[in-house]
Amino acid sequence: MDIQILYKSGLIIVILLLSLVIAMYATLAERKIAGFFQDRLGPNRAGIFGLLQPVADGVKLFFKEEFMPATADKFLYVLGPSLTMLIALLGSAVIPWGNTLVIGNNVFPLQVADVNIGVLYVFAVTSIGVYGIMIGGWSSNNKYALMGAVRAASQMISYELAMGMALIAIVMMSGSLSLHDIVAQQHGIHWNVWYQPIGFFVFVICAFAETNRTPFDLPECDSELIGGYHTEYSSMKLGFYLFSEYINMFISSAMIASLYFGGYNFPFLHELGMSHNWLTIVGTFVLFAKIGFFMFLFMWVRWTLPRFRYDQLMRFGWKVLLPLAIVNIVATGVIYELFKK
Amino acid sequence: MGSASLIVLLIIAIAFAVVAVYIGRIFGTSSTNSVKGEPYECGIETKGETWVQFHIGYYLFALLFLVFDVEIVFLFPWATVIRELGVVALVEIFFFTLFLFLGLLYAYKKKALSWM
Repeated sequence: MDIQILYKSGLIIVILLLSLVIAMYATLAERKIAGFFQDRLGPNRAGIFGLLQPVADGVKLFFKEEFMPATADKFLYVLGPSLTMLIALLGSAVIPWGNTLVIGNNVFPLQVADVNIGVLYVFAVTSIGVYGIMIGGWSSNNKYALMGAVRAASQMISYELAMGMALIAIVMMSGSLSLHDIVAQQHGIHWNVWYQPIGFFVFVICAFAETNRTPFDLPECDSELIGGYHTEYSSMKLGFYLFSEYINMFISSAMIASLYFGGYNFPFLHELGMSHNWLTIVGTFVLFAKIGFFMFLFMWVRWTLPRFRYDQLMRFGWKVLLPLAIVNIVATGVIYELFKK
Repeated sequence: MGSASLIVLLIIAIAFAVVAVYIGRIFGTSSTNSVKGEPYECGIETKGETWVQFHIGYYLFALLFLVFDVEIVFLFPWATVIRELGVVALVEIFFFTLFLFLGLLYAYKKKALSWM
């Protein structure tokens, strides 16, 4: 059993580092893609193609002055960004990054924790994410930061509902809350997206709102609120907020890929005639390709669409997405009963 | 095994967050003066208190959120066992969601969903 504990600890560290590195390079990708969309080059000075740019940014943030407003709540001001970062890192735990590796008699699952409430865990962790932003914005003692924070809280709880409803339809399809089971059931091309197109659209839109990405970036809309909830933050604390946004984007993309696009499954998986371990490795690469596509989608939307107005945002969440998600649940139930296998 | 790994992950993540915050404190420069600590509002001096009551609309949405979030909590266990329960459970949950839908319609009618 010892080797399993060793393996799990290793896997935890590898996945944490991986999500940090992917988030780092997502910042570069974002700027490169922005450059492409706006017909300019994007960062290209640090290293070849600007590959060292994220490292330079990180080092710069560490060496910047640690600033704290005189009137801020000292403890909460530090707690806010730390909590946001912590929550962002926790999300990776239940996502199955691949099938199992079999070496000798040992089976190594490429998943940190196959808890039987995986979906609920992710749902719970993302909803704690509100606190990091709310605490940070409130404790800064700045009107604009406070406005950004209450907007963030209000927006995130509104879209969380529709997201939860979309998740319920998925759970109805698979009869399990474990992400491992949900992915395993989507073998071949039986991806949930074909059976849950409405749920998929609701979930993706809510994922944009939960990560505060354009067109839902009202908590930090710089043209009205200076910097939104992180107006008063500097150095690595600001870095935490910006960085956790990219980690959340990565985790959301992984969730979309696992819940709706079959995770590590791909069509004709077994026709390849490869050994189990090789299939697992190929599957992991396929999963990361899917994640990459959805991260690109996040950036594509950001540089294409303008921002919502606040009343439009609320109207869309409550009057369109939420009823749509409820109808989707009932429709899923009815169709399931009619066409039971 | 599952929850043990989650706890290990939690400890590592907390350690990372704490260490990274303190590294910044070690390497960063620092200087103070009386103006620097003031809230940044694009150069205009801040007026009055910041921590005051804010718009009632946010509370309304928070209340509505609670109602529907509790509904989701009830739906999760049902959704996991729907395959065994069959039509009866489906009809029951149909009425359950119908009542909540009526609640949403009521909020809609009372204009609680439109931002003022």
